[in-house]
Amino acid sequence: MTMRIFIPRDAGAVAVGADDVALAFAQAAAARGAAIEIVRTGSRGLYWLEPMVELTTAQGRVAFGPVTAADVPSLLDAMAGNGQHALRLGVTDEIAWLKRQTRLTFARCGVIDPRSVDDYRAHGGYKGLDRALTLTSDQILADVTTSGLRGRGGAGFPTGIKWKTVAQASADRKYIVCNADEGDSGTFADRMIMEGDPFVVIEGMTIAGITVGATKGYIYIRSEYPHAVAAMNAAIAGARRAGLLGKRIGGSAHEFDLEVRVGAGAYVCGEETSLLESLEGRRGIVRAKPPLPAHKGLFGRPSVINNVLSFAAIPFILDNGAKAYADFGMGRSRGTMPIQLAGNIKYGGLFETAFGVTLGELVDEIGGGTLTGREVRAVQVGGPLGAYFPRALFDTPFDYEAFAARDGLIGHGGVVVFDDTVDMVKQARFAMEFCAIESCGKCTPCRIGSTRGVETINKIINGERVAENLAVIEDLCNTMKFGSLCALGGFTPYPVMSALKHFREDFGPAPARLQAAE
Amino acid sequence: MTVGYEPWDRARGAEIIAEHAGLEGATLVILHALQEAFGYVPEPAIPMVAEALNLSRAEVHGVFTFYHDFRKQPAGRHVLKLCRAEACQAAGGDRLAARAEAKLGVALGNTTADERVTLEPIYCLGLCATAPSAMLDGRVVGRLDEARIDALVAEAQR
Repeated sequence: MTMRIFIPRDAGAVAVGADDVALAFAQAAAARGAAIEIVRTGSRGLYWLEPMVELTTAQGRVAFGPVTAADVPSLLDAMAGNGQHALRLGVTDEIAWLKRQTRLTFARCGVIDPRSVDDYRAHGGYKGLDRALTLTSDQILADVTTSGLRGRGGAGFPTGIKWKTVAQASADRKYIVCNADEGDSGTFADRMIMEGDPFVVIEGMTIAGITVGATKGYIYIRSEYPHAVAAMNAAIAGARRAGLLGKRIGGSAHEFDLEVRVGAGAYVCGEETSLLESLEGRRGIVRAKPPLPAHKGLFGRPSVINNVLSFAAIPFILDNGAKAYADFGMGRSRGTMPIQLAGNIKYGGLFETAFGVTLGELVDEIGGGTLTGREVRAVQVGGPLGAYFPRALFDTPFDYEAFAARDGLIGHGGVVVFDDTVDMVKQARFAMEFCAIESCGKCTPCRIGSTRGVETINKIINGERVAENLAVIEDLCNTMKFGSLCALGGFTPYPVMSALKHFREDFGPAPARLQAAE
Repeated sequence: MTVGYEPWDRARGAEIIAEHAGLEGATLVILHALQEAFGYVPEPAIPMVAEALNLSRAEVHGVFTFYHDFRKQPAGRHVLKLCRAEACQAAGGDRLAARAEAKLGVALGNTTADERVTLEPIYCLGLCATAPSAMLDGRVVGRLDEARIDALVAEAQR
């Protein structure tokens, strides 16, 4: 009997040897005349176990990992024999780290062949679109609105309201734009879903298109993600062949087609208006709002612009109903969030769960603390523009409002763990440096403020008039926060000020004015 | 010059530009295509792109210089990109970057004198759960340690 073996083609798995493992399987099987079928999947997101290889058995899929090419001959023996092996992790679905999750958006990621429309359909794909095609635009909008889905890119704006605005706008053309410029360090959920389940993104965008009356969509993927670009392009071609993109989608009267565009290494293009400029072929300079992209977006036409994960959440909502999605979560944060555990962490990877899990649970229980085994000192949540939280704030639940109340943000769901060797004044300086490198240059607080910020923090590091310079930093951060045009300049103060507030001891001697106040 | 790229040729450049000029907002697509063919965006191509898209030279030059990806001269034979963002910093990336700089004798953002290796910073490859990470000529590598970075540098120098 042919053995079905699943090996990820996800960039994160490839980076730790998945291609070598796949090659070793093919060669070893050929050498011994064993009949095997290798399916290259996405990643399940348990990165400390990558490359994780799975085998179809009577009990379901069984996982082995982390596998190296050298393990392959003994693994093949085990797979053909009684299945016992030192790397055996058990039935994949029973792995505690996976079982504890609520995978709505990532249900198929790592399971199916991302190049196969048929496999996608066989695992419940396109049911959302099938149902959407039987509904009116208003009915779909009602579903998206009641699901409580908020923009997963970071801003958390209600998706239903955005779509409704575009649906109500009248224009000769409208666009659907997918923001796949996932530049935040510590985030990789967009990359994973594009590589592991690209059809769910296509389906979500197609539903958006028929809802608002747009016939063309663009997926803007950053150039740092060549694997995701390849996966999306292959899936788009597959969807076209299957009649699920193009004219008369799924036999209906609707038309919708997609095109991938590749960024060119500018972080600021993750900001939606800068992304639109870039898509139009210009410098990625931020636009002033209003007008909102929903009124005047791509090429001046009404445009829905959403993050990859927002579109990827849509098929579940349409298929299972708004309530099924909204039943998860807390407060105004409904549904699930694909959280990404990264940096110096023992069990790093993708953990999709309902809003409400605390930062401490994520870092200590699920993440297992640091990989180095040292004390966790700081956790940056929400990318380079997110705040650094100390252990004292580990009771913060993962929720848009709860993080905002503590001067932080959940952003795109990245959690980067640092151990006690971190120097927080250097992290604060890096935040300013990064802003200086990536600023589009349009507004002064961001363009000049970030450079002055680096200079001033350098003075603090050198012990020059520390108290006065700390006051300058605070003042500068206020100017950037309230005076910048977009979140790059506006949110850079979060990592800087949180580092200063929670890790004051790293910023030179205590300033005289604070001592005087005590 | 990086292996596998064509030498600049005006007719070939014009052909590449014409291939994409009909797209909506084609500038970045064309610049990418030119760089893919020649390994960089040759200066004489800028006015050609401008003419094809009915833009000014200044506009195309502005786009070309805005984005970190576009090169105005060829890179070294191999390009080694090291992730310098927070997740990789947390996992010891600073030390490994310094080690690569010392081994190659150039700072990040530069090419070795023998034009073999261009060493560049990159801000996130999305491999943050297998940090620190790098990319050598399009191949991604994660879980870097001293031995792995040394091997990567040696491979790039070959």
